[in-house]
Amino acid sequence: MRTFALRKLTNLAMTGLCAVALVGAFIPLTSVLYLVISKGASGLSWDFFTALPKPVGEAGGGIGNALVGTLYMVGLACLIGLPLGVGAGVFLAERGDGPLGNTVRFMAEVLSGVPSIVIGIVAYAMVVIPMHHFSALAGSVALAIMMIPGLARASEELIRVVPGSLREASLALGVTNWRTSFFVILRTATAGVVTACLLAVARAAGETAPLLFTALNNQYWNFSPVQPTASLTVAIFNYAISPYEDWHAKAWTAALVLLMLVGLLNVASRALTRNRLKGAR
Amino acid sequence: MSAVASPAPAGTVESAPAPAPNKVEVENLNVWFGKNNAVKNATLAVKPNTVLAVIGPSGCGKSTFLRALNRMHDLVPTARVTGKVLVDGQDLYTREVDPVLLRRRVGMVFQRPNPFPTMSVEENVAAGLVLNGIRGDHHELVERSLRKAALWDEVKDRLNHAATSLSGGQQQRLSIARALAIEPEVLLMDEPASALDPIATAKIEELIHELKEHYTIIIVTHSMQQAARVSDQTAFFYMGELVEMGPTEQIFTNPKERRTEDYVTGKFG
Repeated sequence: MRTFALRKLTNLAMTGLCAVALVGAFIPLTSVLYLVISKGASGLSWDFFTALPKPVGEAGGGIGNALVGTLYMVGLACLIGLPLGVGAGVFLAERGDGPLGNTVRFMAEVLSGVPSIVIGIVAYAMVVIPMHHFSALAGSVALAIMMIPGLARASEELIRVVPGSLREASLALGVTNWRTSFFVILRTATAGVVTACLLAVARAAGETAPLLFTALNNQYWNFSPVQPTASLTVAIFNYAISPYEDWHAKAWTAALVLLMLVGLLNVASRALTRNRLKGAR
Repeated sequence: MSAVASPAPAGTVESAPAPAPNKVEVENLNVWFGKNNAVKNATLAVKPNTVLAVIGPSGCGKSTFLRALNRMHDLVPTARVTGKVLVDGQDLYTREVDPVLLRRRVGMVFQRPNPFPTMSVEENVAAGLVLNGIRGDHHELVERSLRKAALWDEVKDRLNHAATSLSGGQQQRLSIARALAIEPEVLLMDEPASALDPIATAKIEELIHELKEHYTIIIVTHSMQQAARVSDQTAFFYMGELVEMGPTEQIFTNPKERRTEDYVTGKFG
């Protein structure tokens, strides 16, 4: 009986510890949400999303160009980064057991640990210096480099858990290896890979350091890949370090917009990856 | 496609032409995984439109033997195959044979139903064509294949449902329909009913009887009753060795080898 009571007590204590850890993990999350919403929500207006910024002291104005700039640069970064990242993941999962695969995997791991400011410098040297000015393209290249390693490793893991029996089924139908890789294995892993892509996109959208001296900033609308471009994150940075009270408020509101953007991406990923077939489990 | 009377392709026939052409001939087949000789020197022949059952205890090499017949071992880096496997007189293990094209002639059904989970019932049946880039309307082919697999009546109203929403037995017949849709000549079945309940098993066995009219079937099974029910010929494997092969009735009633007799009478295995 004593051991039974002791066991019950231990069980209770461990469950309690888990609950404490859960609450502890929730504190930073909820405080971030609370602070950003409470300080930023009052500044939300249609103008904030659509208008250009105004000089200090003038009321109104928005971050329309920064919002568009972020979407534009992240979109461009996706064009470069997603195919390379997912493609590398397919390669690692399907052909990555040799020395080449190990090298690629090692490189990806090293690259994913490189601080984002360093990647900014690399993009500066690779794109900005040869082109002689800051540009959206340079920012996108930096963001793409940020995306690739994590995406490659995530895709690899997701592709590796696809049951081998599906590969066999496909090959036994006389389907070639590469078609099996892309149309059976990758397709089966689609839900996970799309989620990994959206997480990579959300992370890229939240990066400031790689954009500071690649895309720089812009007070006006810009849709050209070879011109400096505003972004939400750099706008937040500039507003936050300014000495002006109304710019601080704008920084909070811009931060809220960025959070909403990332949240929207998460919801979209769930909607996109829901199985379209009837009766699917 | 089942050209029963047509002779083997010219130029591949060695010495005198055989009187009754075999659909599948295996000569001195060895399969190695590293240093493990999983199939030892197997030699046998299968006539067209017959069913060969391959029986034996677990680990005797019967599945390994079956997978050598459509070169599925090509996927295993440590596997090595020696000897000959001839389909219509053509050796599969020569350099000229593309395993991808070969597998369209020699279809395979696996132990566990493995429909593609992202595809509907209809897409699964058409997968062999669509995945090979043959687009278009495959509806007729889908219906024909599902009818051949005795599944049409059960799924005709939910062709666009997820394949994984079917029962296990239906999924296995779907896998068979998918294999039939690419119109193979030989059908390999690796314990196709071992994951199924008795009723679904009976349906699969009935199906094998019907499919025999159009295909040559080689079925691996651990159930001796099943082998006795579905096959014309039976081959007994033990420890990687083809111990004996003959008409099914003879193997079960009057085997020549002592080891076969011990196995079929239940003394071991």
